[in-house]
Amino acid sequence: MRLTYPSSVKIVRVPCSGKVDVQHLLRAFEKGADGVYIVGCKEGECHYKYGNFRARKRVEQVQKILSDVGLEGERVQMYNLSSSDGPLFVKYAAEMDERIRKLGPNPIKARVKAKTRNQQAA
Amino acid sequence: MIVANKKPVGEIIEYVKDCNKILVLGCNECVTVCEAGGKKEVGVLASALRIYFANQGKDVAIAERTLERQCDHEYLEEIRDIADQYDAVVSLACGVGIQFTAEKYHSIPVYPGVNTCFMGATEQRGLWVERCQACGTCVLAYTGGICPISRCAKRILNGPCGGSSKGSCEINKEIPCAWQLIIDRLKALDRLDLYEKLFQIKDWSTDRAGGPRKVKREDVQI
Amino acid sequence: MSAKTPSTLEKVMAAGHLGVTSECGPPRGSDPETIKHKAELLRGYVDAVNVTDNQTSVVRTSSLATCIHLKLMGIEPVLQMVTRDRNRIALQSDILGAASFDVNNVLCLSGDHQSFGDNPQGQNVHDLDSMQLVWTVRKMRDEGKFLGGDEIKRPPKMFVGAAANPFADPFEIRVMRLAKKIEAGAEFIQTQCIYNLDKFEEWIRQARDRGLTEKTYIMAGVTPLKSAGMAKYMKNRVPGMDVPDEVVKRMADTPKDKQAEEGVNICVETIQRLKEIDGVKGFHIMAIEWEEKVPEIVKRAGLYPRPQID
Repeated sequence: MRLTYPSSVKIVRVPCSGKVDVQHLLRAFEKGADGVYIVGCKEGECHYKYGNFRARKRVEQVQKILSDVGLEGERVQMYNLSSSDGPLFVKYAAEMDERIRKLGPNPIKARVKAKTRNQQAA
Repeated sequence: MIVANKKPVGEIIEYVKDCNKILVLGCNECVTVCEAGGKKEVGVLASALRIYFANQGKDVAIAERTLERQCDHEYLEEIRDIADQYDAVVSLACGVGIQFTAEKYHSIPVYPGVNTCFMGATEQRGLWVERCQACGTCVLAYTGGICPISRCAKRILNGPCGGSSKGSCEINKEIPCAWQLIIDRLKALDRLDLYEKLFQIKDWSTDRAGGPRKVKREDVQI
Repeated sequence: MSAKTPSTLEKVMAAGHLGVTSECGPPRGSDPETIKHKAELLRGYVDAVNVTDNQTSVVRTSSLATCIHLKLMGIEPVLQMVTRDRNRIALQSDILGAASFDVNNVLCLSGDHQSFGDNPQGQNVHDLDSMQLVWTVRKMRDEGKFLGGDEIKRPPKMFVGAAANPFADPFEIRVMRLAKKIEAGAEFIQTQCIYNLDKFEEWIRQARDRGLTEKTYIMAGVTPLKSAGMAKYMKNRVPGMDVPDEVVKRMADTPKDKQAEEGVNICVETIQRLKEIDGVKGFHIMAIEWEEKVPEIVKRAGLYPRPQID
């Protein structure tokens, strides 16, 4: 469709949103990601029946964990759309981009970067 | 199995907030089945703690390890070489495993990462229910296989009480009345004669009341 | 049946009269005047007064202490004992305590779960259940022995009772349960308050068929309704309570200022109907916080004056 979405969004493709687990989401933040979101099929349309429901539950779990450890829960989100819905994909990407910009960078990013630099230097 | 539930992260942080090297220790048995303390939960907690400490501006190393069990000496020995590197161990095993770990590594603080709840079964994924309270003198033969001690809120042996209503316990509609269940089962087994007999006063000395218990099998000890 | 204890309640029913008891709830404080005032309202209209034991798991003055107050006033108490709060040592001890003041009646109950009361975080005991407690008191009285086997000096002479609820689930075993309680040693039974006479009649008919009405004194429980709101509350919110729609309707159709009067009318009519039922040996009038109505109910139901037995 040749629609553009913000370059801040890096896509990781999975066979089903249900493949994404809590540890994957947390790891992304550990590594310094500012925000993570899962885009799954519309509820009721998952090819594997419940994968997208599981994904949503995991997102909710991570939202809670993040707020328990001092980060903002809104940095992780769940979105549902039909796989052919290009315009909606773009809309969600833009929405997430704006949300994260408002929240600011991941507070631990600086520390992660410094640590990586030290490790590379050593 | 023993059913446990994850402690809130905030509570665990309180225990370890001044540590520099932490080992999160999981268990591959009961707590894995009830999704509270297995390898996956260890990973999630470790991740959460790393994010927490990084956000506090602290450099804290969080290691992850899951043992087969924490209630047997042999498995706990597996961390003998590395244990003293840590300021604290957060054990996600049940209360038994946490204590056994603490006894074995008594110079390192061992903190609980879960609340141990009861002995129960998986009714469905995400729902674990209590079935046994280890009274030490099992009476299931007389109650159609349903335990009045763990499933009756008043552990009545000659039930039901007057509060049983439409098959539910008086304290909560979602809890089935144990005695309703027992009666239904005895009826199905055509053994209502067991219900008619007066259940004698229970000897609670084999229960918690008698003090910390042990089982000794001299036939297997040399 | 002839009386085995000095209990007035037992003597009245053993002589073939209908027994009458009522209830006195101890206060949530230590002022004995409230007890004395309530008990005084009942004096002469009942054979004995039940004293509840931390009812609904709400802390009140102990049943035992309140029974002693009544005894000192010359009013015969019924010590209600729940197994929720005390182990077998304390239960036997309290029986002795009551017996030392010549309290001659005890009603053995399990007790409402503590989650209903003001201390939901507390432990519950249930070392014995209500039937095992009945059995224990009978052993203490008839064998003169403690549960542990030792002899009791001056064993308690108590008339032992239990509660029955013809309206609780499951209905089909309610009579079996009654049989069990009698086998355990229950000499009198006080039932949950009755509004559904048909169901009660069915229950007592089954009890009669099993010969149970000859083995124990069944005292029918009644409670006067104060308002239509109370009727609805009891119907919908109290487990084990059966209030038929006709009763609720009758209260609701009455103008508000006349509802209390109508409630008393229903109570009196219920007693009169119950008097006709074979196997009913007495009445237990539970008029909590409305004790002043008991004399009227007793009189209108033709139960006054109370027989004087030596």
